[in-house]
Amino acid sequence: MPPSSHQEALPPVITVSHVSKTFGSGDAAVTALDDVSLQVAPGEIFGVVGQSGAGKSTLIRTVNLLERPDTGSVIVDGQELTTLSDSALRRARQHIGMVFQHFNLLESRTAQGNVELALELAGTDSRDRKRRASEILDLVGLGAKAGSFPSQLSGGQKQRVGIARALAAEPRVLLSDEATSALDPETTRSILELFKTINEQLGLTVMLITHEMDVVKGICDSAALLEHGRVVETGGLVELISTPGSRLAADLFPLGDATPAPGTTVIDITFSGGSADRPVIAQLARDHSLDVSILGAVIESIGGSQAGRTRLELPGTPAQNAAAVDDLRDQGLLVEVHSADAAGGVS
Amino acid sequence: MIDVNDPNFWPQLWELMLVATGETLYMVGVALIFTVLLGLPLGIAVVGTERGGLFERVLGSRRLSAVINWVLNFIVNLGRSVPFVILMVALIPVTRFLVGTSIGATAAIVPLSLVAIPFFARMVEIAIKEVDAGLIEAAHSLGATRWQIVSKVLVPEALAPMVLGLSTTVTSIINFSAMVGVVAGGGLGSVAIRWGYQRYSVIHMIIVIIIIFIIVMVLQWLATWGARRLTHRSGDTGKRKRMFESVAGG
Repeated sequence: MPPSSHQEALPPVITVSHVSKTFGSGDAAVTALDDVSLQVAPGEIFGVVGQSGAGKSTLIRTVNLLERPDTGSVIVDGQELTTLSDSALRRARQHIGMVFQHFNLLESRTAQGNVELALELAGTDSRDRKRRASEILDLVGLGAKAGSFPSQLSGGQKQRVGIARALAAEPRVLLSDEATSALDPETTRSILELFKTINEQLGLTVMLITHEMDVVKGICDSAALLEHGRVVETGGLVELISTPGSRLAADLFPLGDATPAPGTTVIDITFSGGSADRPVIAQLARDHSLDVSILGAVIESIGGSQAGRTRLELPGTPAQNAAAVDDLRDQGLLVEVHSADAAGGVS
Repeated sequence: MIDVNDPNFWPQLWELMLVATGETLYMVGVALIFTVLLGLPLGIAVVGTERGGLFERVLGSRRLSAVINWVLNFIVNLGRSVPFVILMVALIPVTRFLVGTSIGATAAIVPLSLVAIPFFARMVEIAIKEVDAGLIEAAHSLGATRWQIVSKVLVPEALAPMVLGLSTTVTSIINFSAMVGVVAGGGLGSVAIRWGYQRYSVIHMIIVIIIIFIIVMVLQWLATWGARRLTHRSGDTGKRKRMFESVAGG
């Protein structure tokens, strides 16, 4: 669900403002982040998507200052990180959990030992460490494997240890750097489910980066699209989908590229909420006596409600179909009209 | 003058060997302690002061780190490249200053340590460089200090290859300890020189060789066993061991 109204009143947990980061200098300089600003509300799961090389990884690493931005500010949980002293930054990092693509577990320690490391670094005393580590391993569903070394665990189990380690010091924010990219689809699903569970049970704010749209569709409340180091789009998923021309929506719900016949009208209908349940297309065909062809359609459930888009082909020019389009808009549907040109393209 | 049939021959020989073995183990053991105490931090310092290392800004200065790194590398390379026989002789004044004499097993500890420290430091350097940079990043994300990263991440994760590196180091200390016999350093090397070489006693030579061989075998076996116990990755102890032996260069 998008942050509900009482949450929206709360200040964001993560605020990244005008952050830029350039690697190298002179001709070899690469701008990884270019004036990036975004906000993550408390309790939400925020996804940053983009192609590889778009700067996603650099972005998430600036949130706990593993990467120090050249300019701009990073505020996590009300604390401006860029001006902190080394020791204050270390303390702040203890409240920002991070999960990595390649797990980054110590091979020399058991699952339990890896989780305890986080507590040792946070200064928890030895008795509490053991208890807390067992608790948290139970939470991630790995209680039975506490004594196993990473080499004895599967990828999914290793990532559960990684998540347990990140959660051990009771952070308010969890950062996930492509946590599921090294995992098979089924394991990915189970790890995403775990993210969802801890997000709900612990009220933890999660910021994740991924190149997989399925991850965003699966668990995110909000998302940002990063391209060449810039935020191209950001917002709640449901809002984005009902935004005409949204790149994220198009990426999330690709309609395929079936070619319409020349001289026809192509319309994209965006459904959200209740409209997804109504027989919109049948009604359109009946009321306007149209031979409607479906060129592409996607219906997904986002945060428990149905949303989706359909691309239809109607015979005749857009002008001839104006009445039908108006009728659809009157039903509260979002409609984009294109006319198919002679070459079969859509404009 | 070597009379195998003399009733005192064998008891004397065994006593001689026992004392010499004791001296060798004493020299090697003490030198080893110094080697670990100084070689480990030296190796860590060499890796740490490199560009992008944990201590790339000593006292906030990148330049100071670079200078320290250069000096440490120079020391390590110098120690590794000067032939031991030359080092041993060149160090006689230093040894006399530190120990008060340049003769005997205690005096031998000085050149043995000084040759082994850079050798082991290089082993430590290689072992630590093998630790995945992701682990250091994860430790940073958990709010670790640099010292905690060294003590809780780098050293434990590099322990198995360091143990193997140590065994290669011990083997060369034993090797060099025999050479100390040339300058009256005591131990099995002295026996080989005084009896085997100067008095043509084949039997002394053979026994010295057998004892040294046994010591090296036992240490190698212990190190491999220890490293395997410390390694929780499957099947790369052998690979690492070979890597270290190729670096040690025999």
